[in-house]
Amino acid sequence: MQSRRKFIKISTASAGTMMLPLSFPSFFSGDDEDVSKLKKVPTYCEVCFWKCAGWAYVNEKGDIKKIVGNKFDPHSNGRFCPRGTGGVGMYNDPDRLKQPMMRKTRNGKQEFVNVSWNEALDFIAQKMKDIKSEHGAESLALFNHGSGGKHFSTLFKAFGSTNITAPSYAQCKGPREEAFKATFGKSVGSPEPADIKNTDCLVLLGNHIGENMHNNLVQEVADIQDRKATIITVDPRLSTIAAHSKYWLPIKPSTDLALLLAWINVIIDRGIYDKDYVEKYANGFDELKNHVNDFTPEWAEKITEIPAEQIKKTAWEMAQAAPKVIIHPGRHVTWYGDDTQRLRAIAILNAILGSYGREGGFYLPNKGKLPKMPLPAYPKPNWSWKEMMGDKYPYAHYSVANAFIDATHPDFKGEHKLKGWFAVGTNLTTTIPDQKRTLEAIDNLDLFVVVDTMPAEICGYADVILPECTYLERCDHPRISPHRKANFAVRMPAVKPKYLTKPASWMVMKLGNRLGLQDYFPYKDYSEVIDWQLRQIGSSLADMKQRGVKLQPEFNHGLFIKDGEDYNFKTASGKIELYAHDLEKKGFDPLPFYTEHEKPSKGFYRLNYGRAPMHTFTRTTNNPNLTDLMDANNLWVNSITAKENSLYNGQEVWLKNQDGIVSAFSINVRVTERIRPDMVYMIHGFGRSNKMLENSYGKGISDSELITNVKIDPIMGGTGMRANFVSFITEKPRKEEAIV
Amino acid sequence: MRYAMAIDTLKCVGCSDCVVACQTENDVPQGYCRDWIKETVNGLYPTVELEYRSERCNQCDNTPCVRTCPTGASLVSDGGIVLVDDDKCIGCGACIESCPYDARYFHPEKGTVDKCTFCNHRVTDGEDPACVSVCPTKCMYFGDLEDSESDVSIALKNRNYKTLAPETGTKPQVYYLV
Repeated sequence: MQSRRKFIKISTASAGTMMLPLSFPSFFSGDDEDVSKLKKVPTYCEVCFWKCAGWAYVNEKGDIKKIVGNKFDPHSNGRFCPRGTGGVGMYNDPDRLKQPMMRKTRNGKQEFVNVSWNEALDFIAQKMKDIKSEHGAESLALFNHGSGGKHFSTLFKAFGSTNITAPSYAQCKGPREEAFKATFGKSVGSPEPADIKNTDCLVLLGNHIGENMHNNLVQEVADIQDRKATIITVDPRLSTIAAHSKYWLPIKPSTDLALLLAWINVIIDRGIYDKDYVEKYANGFDELKNHVNDFTPEWAEKITEIPAEQIKKTAWEMAQAAPKVIIHPGRHVTWYGDDTQRLRAIAILNAILGSYGREGGFYLPNKGKLPKMPLPAYPKPNWSWKEMMGDKYPYAHYSVANAFIDATHPDFKGEHKLKGWFAVGTNLTTTIPDQKRTLEAIDNLDLFVVVDTMPAEICGYADVILPECTYLERCDHPRISPHRKANFAVRMPAVKPKYLTKPASWMVMKLGNRLGLQDYFPYKDYSEVIDWQLRQIGSSLADMKQRGVKLQPEFNHGLFIKDGEDYNFKTASGKIELYAHDLEKKGFDPLPFYTEHEKPSKGFYRLNYGRAPMHTFTRTTNNPNLTDLMDANNLWVNSITAKENSLYNGQEVWLKNQDGIVSAFSINVRVTERIRPDMVYMIHGFGRSNKMLENSYGKGISDSELITNVKIDPIMGGTGMRANFVSFITEKPRKEEAIV
Repeated sequence: MRYAMAIDTLKCVGCSDCVVACQTENDVPQGYCRDWIKETVNGLYPTVELEYRSERCNQCDNTPCVRTCPTGASLVSDGGIVLVDDDKCIGCGACIESCPYDARYFHPEKGTVDKCTFCNHRVTDGEDPACVSVCPTKCMYFGDLEDSESDVSIALKNRNYKTLAPETGTKPQVYYLV
């Protein structure tokens, strides 16, 4: 195998041609600028996946002055979070990708060379044809995240591959989707239909709302604080929401499932569950009752280090509030490899408290609709990721990104191998754990195309890099997402694409032309497609430019199950499956058990990671507006741990994990009482290793490089990331072979 | 007319949205800010208290910045809002030194001193300051203290509150609900 895919530090090869003049925003116009002269353009945010709708304000010179929320948008209610407000930094970032680049060998040395769009697209189209004739179109895979990926999905399906995946499933919310599907017949979906604003008791497990800025969720939690609703937060760290909660349960990491089983035990044992609801809507209660009989609060106290009395008291609080109670499923839930079972316990707890489909519990979301422009039928592929995965992960209803890596890796024994990848808007090495394996897979590819707005680390491994313009410079599919009120939102370009960047819709249209697939891309500009869609419902682009968001009350149904209604759950039995027959059929425990997970050995501490309100993954950590607020992560260490290791506040340290991996960069210690002594914590997304990211290179540590012990969930393939342990290195380690 | 702000420390999550919104609204250069977040942690694990505060110029009733300004550039405007007249400011920095809240900074492009204006330009149009209008937790209340029905008056009537460094005698008009 050619070891051609050596990581290229883009800056060294292309620095000369990349130095374009920076456009500085004008600081002087400020207060005096006549706001009425600013043009208002509707958009929905692409900094994170919540996709809040808002307005970009542009002045006469074509500078984006500010971005604010659209008050008719249920995701934002007119208020953007710091990342959305600072989204303009994505557009202004001087380190953006500026023109297509290709990996070329000159004088025996690999480097990225700036090329024209024609050269880049010709090369890609030819490679796609070659792969198709040699291995079949199916051996091309798409990894995507966000709006750009939707356009590439169309290209892939038209070309003959449905091997499309997103790390948002197996690296993030997959376990909760499957657990809710197994229990209620329907996955949770995004945004989560938790009726927080009407709840009387919100229970969060490791879900740090307020540090994750899932916008309307944060807003609703703040609202219920006004009326003193009970918040119970289970977290080994005093998260912001833990500090605002009536109960903070600083649980021993990895023991959440024991706590959940004990809560179920108390609620059943005391008979404080919703008897009518369970009798009418649920199956398997007797089995559940027997199952949790021994999982007493006293049993759980020994495991979780939460006093039995506290477990009983909080269970009582939930029952008092029921059905206006939410045991929130969380979002990033791939922790220990038994995550679907933990989420099953959460689903069961909600079910016996009668919160699903009830006001103040979970609502039944409404979704808007727009007709799709008719396209030719897609060819039927000979195989898909389902055949590729075979017997693995039998309860995965969505594609598993890490299984795509497996099917590309040289050690793959299966019949259906992947030979080409497109990564659109997803920085794979910082998203999917076990970087070494990902890179081995990449080295085995015939084609690797990366589409991004920024020189993310993954760009360094590409054959071709296509620079996408930011969401502020393009239009995309209207956002249609489930919420209380059926609605959709549009995104129009606020400004023209900077540099030689292009929207994904243009890239796939041009590739489609080269591949004889032009009928799937019947537009010059994607706005034509949106206009067609809007005209089918009596609206138009001109109309939507004034509104941004349109409510579609004609698609609303009731949000809740009515009292006594014969509601039919979408499970095989039509009832809530407390006892999951679906899982049992696939060979898994139909009721969740607690299993003990790996513990840190002496001198090691569990590595935990999370979010800061002003950052989203690696997408924001170079954004000049947002690095102003936080430009590096630090390492949270309890004072006891600091003393044990002679660490002081602000000290520079490096970390070494249980497998001997040493962090590429250093991090400053933050000694704090906000964390248990048996773990350390950092914000995800820092420790950037691509030198082209001048604003963020080498600041802080990337948790991703230290996550090498991956606990795979056998049910759905999720990659549990929280069984990694680190020790401190206080002297700068000698340069080791860094993998990124 | 007396403009004031009340900020609920029990709801603030310290997200810094107020800081970014201020920067984009008022063209505050990168690396500088007119408002900022303070985090205070008290106690020992596991009995810990956390407070986030969004801080800014306190638009004081008793203004050391205005007193120390040698040119009259620092002034008290309508509704008690403390402003800097760019035409008169010589950037000497006396006001920066005199402010117990460190709420002023030297603007590197303008060559004058800059600070929070309670978004005077928005307030005169009947809007809330940018920080208040963007806050996802709605933990900030703005208005006229002389109007008993204003958001800020109601918030102060219903809750306990504190001000920052009251011992300096500045009579700050940004209140923190506790």
